[in-house]
Amino acid sequence: MLTDITAARDAALAEIETADTLESLSTLTTRLSGKKGDLARLKTKLGSLETVDEKKAAGQAINEAMTAVSAALDGRRSLLASQAMAEQIEAERLDLTEFVGKPARGHAHLVTQAWERLEDVFIGLGFQVAEGPEVETDWHNFEALNMSEGHPARGEFDTLFVDHVPPDGRVGTTLLRTHTSPVQIRTMLESEPPIYIVAPGRVFRRDTPDATHMPVFHQIEGLVVDRNITMADLAGTIEAFTKAFFGPGFTSRLRPSYFPFTEPSAEFDIQRPNGDWIELGGCGMVHPNVLRAGGLDPEEWSGFAFGFGIDRMAKERHGVEDIREMYTNDIRFLEQF
Amino acid sequence: MKILLSWLNDYGDFGDPTDPEAVQRVTDALTSLGLEVESTEVVGLSVAGVVTARVVRLEQHPDAAKVQRVYVDAGDGNEEHVWCGAFNLKPDDVVPLATLGTTMPDGRTIERRGILGIDSEGMLCSASELGLGDDHSGIYILPAEVSLGVPYGEALGLRPDVLIDADVSRNRPDCWGYVGIARDLAAKMDVAFRPPTPTIEITGDAKTAPVDIVDGDRCARFTSTVISGIEVKPSADWMARRLAAAGMRPISNVVDVSNYVMLELNQPNHAYDLDTLGGGGFRVRLAEEGEQLTTLDGELRTFTHDDLFICDGNDVPIGVGGVMGGLDTEISDSTNVVALEMAWFDPVGIGQTVTRTNLRSEASARFERGVDPYGMPTAIARFAELLSETCPGVVVHAGDVDSRTDDLPPEERSVDVRIRAVNRVLGTDLSVDILPGLLDPIGYTVSGDGETRSVVLPTWRLDSTEEIDVVEEVARHFGYERLGRTVPKSIVHGGLSVRQQRRRLVRDVLLGLGISEAMPNPFLAPDTLDKAGLPTAAISITNPLVSEESVLRTSLRPGLLEAVSYNESHRRPGVRLFEIGHVYPPGEGELPNEFEALTIVLAGSEAPEAVSVWREIASALGAGARLDQSRVPLGLHATRSATLQAGRDPLGAVGEVDPAVLDLFDVEERVAILELDLDQIIDREPKPAQWKLTSRQPSSDLDLAFVLSEDVPAEKLEKAIRQGAGKLLVDVAMFDIYRGDRVADGSRSLAYRIRLQANDRSLTDQDVADVRRGVETAAAKLGAELRS
Repeated sequence: MLTDITAARDAALAEIETADTLESLSTLTTRLSGKKGDLARLKTKLGSLETVDEKKAAGQAINEAMTAVSAALDGRRSLLASQAMAEQIEAERLDLTEFVGKPARGHAHLVTQAWERLEDVFIGLGFQVAEGPEVETDWHNFEALNMSEGHPARGEFDTLFVDHVPPDGRVGTTLLRTHTSPVQIRTMLESEPPIYIVAPGRVFRRDTPDATHMPVFHQIEGLVVDRNITMADLAGTIEAFTKAFFGPGFTSRLRPSYFPFTEPSAEFDIQRPNGDWIELGGCGMVHPNVLRAGGLDPEEWSGFAFGFGIDRMAKERHGVEDIREMYTNDIRFLEQF
Repeated sequence: MKILLSWLNDYGDFGDPTDPEAVQRVTDALTSLGLEVESTEVVGLSVAGVVTARVVRLEQHPDAAKVQRVYVDAGDGNEEHVWCGAFNLKPDDVVPLATLGTTMPDGRTIERRGILGIDSEGMLCSASELGLGDDHSGIYILPAEVSLGVPYGEALGLRPDVLIDADVSRNRPDCWGYVGIARDLAAKMDVAFRPPTPTIEITGDAKTAPVDIVDGDRCARFTSTVISGIEVKPSADWMARRLAAAGMRPISNVVDVSNYVMLELNQPNHAYDLDTLGGGGFRVRLAEEGEQLTTLDGELRTFTHDDLFICDGNDVPIGVGGVMGGLDTEISDSTNVVALEMAWFDPVGIGQTVTRTNLRSEASARFERGVDPYGMPTAIARFAELLSETCPGVVVHAGDVDSRTDDLPPEERSVDVRIRAVNRVLGTDLSVDILPGLLDPIGYTVSGDGETRSVVLPTWRLDSTEEIDVVEEVARHFGYERLGRTVPKSIVHGGLSVRQQRRRLVRDVLLGLGISEAMPNPFLAPDTLDKAGLPTAAISITNPLVSEESVLRTSLRPGLLEAVSYNESHRRPGVRLFEIGHVYPPGEGELPNEFEALTIVLAGSEAPEAVSVWREIASALGAGARLDQSRVPLGLHATRSATLQAGRDPLGAVGEVDPAVLDLFDVEERVAILELDLDQIIDREPKPAQWKLTSRQPSSDLDLAFVLSEDVPAEKLEKAIRQGAGKLLVDVAMFDIYRGDRVADGSRSLAYRIRLQANDRSLTDQDVADVRRGVETAAAKLGAELRS
């Protein structure tokens, strides 16, 4: 009997060893572990043995043999499973650099990208964002900004006028705003100080397009009106902006200039880490007449304003040589950024 | 303003033009004063190797018609032969000879290059070849008395100099003259200021050129001084050279002195030949409408009743006041008595004439900004003084006229300046005692004591009228760089408004959908709206650059269609573009009905693609609208478009662009389009979405297909399904559309998957059967039958 058990075990182990698929192993498992398996059948014959010792020894031998077969089945199954998985993995190999189709994301316009970056920096410095109409009254665009009718500085703005006729019937008093400064006036008239705003927006000049000029372009303007605002606050704010927007290695300076709506007025330049100075924009202390036009008492309130071009920021950041390129709406341009 | 440093040094010791560090100090000081230095140029350098030589004789070679042979003596008694292409020479002229090996300013090296086998031992030079001006018409003839064989620069007394180009802002009329710049610079650099102080010695008997000012609001002061004993001849070299450096062609002593006085003292002026001045005097009046005058530049121009004329005593126009003289009033070679005009014109009037006529001059640029209304006496004296250098017999006659009107700005103007106001604006802590030191040197005379001082404003700074103007002067001369740098302590919290945040959200949704942002021109051609099938009422620009860009857009659509067309024609079909921008329909209010719009175009896509973009936006922004296909928006495809209706208001349009419109825009693809009135979507933030329990119970799906007449929108069926399904409904989604033989004509089959679920229990067969019955009943009311 013991020889039969050993023979059956060895036969089973040999069969397991030759099973080469999970399916055949599964069939084998059913046969070897089932009631009709050789070992199971030998087990049913235990009763025919004569002595208890014989029965005991044979029973033990069968159990050991069954355990060995079961372990061999598990081992074989695990081996075959991992081989099958490895084959599947190998069969599924892909070249991930094979790419059909094209990138699907949309591209924000360069001007929008610069616009939002600027907004975000000023928001970080405690500013809110104000907006206003692009078609404006003569009063908001000039008069309230200390440029009364006939003021020589008006001529420098190359204004585009439109044929809208306001209810008062005054023809020629509606125009495309030449700067974002009318938003200063609207903000002062519509809200109480303290005012800390930036006003980004589209502006218009009667300029023939060339590599650095467009008749339609964008500016961002800042206005602070509060008690005890000084020119030192202006210089400090410009410096804080310079470092936040351009980087810690940049610095700024103010030098005297002239704008009708600020006094004292200044140009502000920024200095690159390599020492070069670049003219950036204009600024100054809000002129008392402008505060008055905004309904504020210049003895109680003071403020500063600054402004510069957005398009130029985008142009220089990305090395666009001709500003007209930014307005072709050529998808090949838009997709670059 | 171009400033020759050696000339500026006449009025103060600012810096040696040959010392780069000194020049740098001057330019830095100018920039720190607000006179931004745009460039500096070293001038007056001699070209090494060019020497003086005398023309001995000239000879024409029979085979060379365009050149001649010149024999010159460079001081050593030898005749050197040169070929020369100019014919303005005669024997004994002294000329500049570039010797062999000389490198010219343009980089050429002079070589012994022969013509017809005859060598040239050098080259004779024109003024322009030596960088001495623009004249290249002939060889530069040097003064006869100079010695020969010496560098021409030495012979001419040329010295290296620096030409500074400084930007003068509109509030600095005084800096259109050397003396004004020198005054400011002397104060900044703390050097002594030496303005010219001429005095008129009236030596002649009374001779008067009378003045009649008719329109005194435009010309508030007019002086006329008779000066005789004049001989018209070339100016002295130093003056000619300075004027040339300033970009003015030296003409004759009288004209040159006139220009020199303008450049030096910022007082434009005009000398008329008294013998040819009609009526022997002046009349200042507005031009008649349509009155004509030939101006100095030779153009016959027509003027209006808003332009000011200077007329002679017979009322014949002889000049445009403050802008340009007439052609016939030029000084001639035989002039020996002049009537000298120095006047003050209303800056606004000058500006208007300049803008209207586009006629500009050195004089108008100055009058437009405002010259010193009290500067004439010095300028007249300086004129006579400078003229006497070339005309020792000059006589200034008594009987000069100084005609003024009530419109002349007052001579004495003063403002009170509070040191508190100065410190409040500048953020400084200055003592009031600092004011005289900063202001007196620039002509703002401080008087009084206490915390508030009276400051007399200089007559040459008409831009200064208020305390704040003086504060600016204090800041300039104290130094902007010495002001502190602080950051205001704001209680305001920075951030975007709801509207701005939601605008960014819309943009992010669109970018995420693979749609790129375009920025077309907001100006349209006059026929573009019509071409797009849109209403043509629009606002126009009254002074457009070009008529193709003269109409303000009322819709973003045309610009985007042009962009689609452009990209198609550059082999990029299928572009997906959007624009967020203002449109400006006409309106009855103070301003047009401007609003912010959003348009999306999907080239190569059909209408449903645009509807799906709308659904994404609606979902992200919490907006809603009904698609009303019975109202086809103008310019869109009649059977593939809908008005988006939010309540009673149209919110926008969705669908496809009318193929006829696409043809006109040269677009070959279909274009799906979505247009929204952005104001309505982004202005208000909807209430935050409220949480609903996510059920853990098993769900059941019910798939039903209905045959529905083409007349009924699917939207209605979906609504009916939602109503009929009742509380157990979680979601309903269309998954199939069928049109064809297996359904009746004029209808289609729409299949929906309806997901049912309860929060508190598993569903029973009875639940599902109830829902099915409810849905069937609701659908039946629309005439929809369950498809078996």
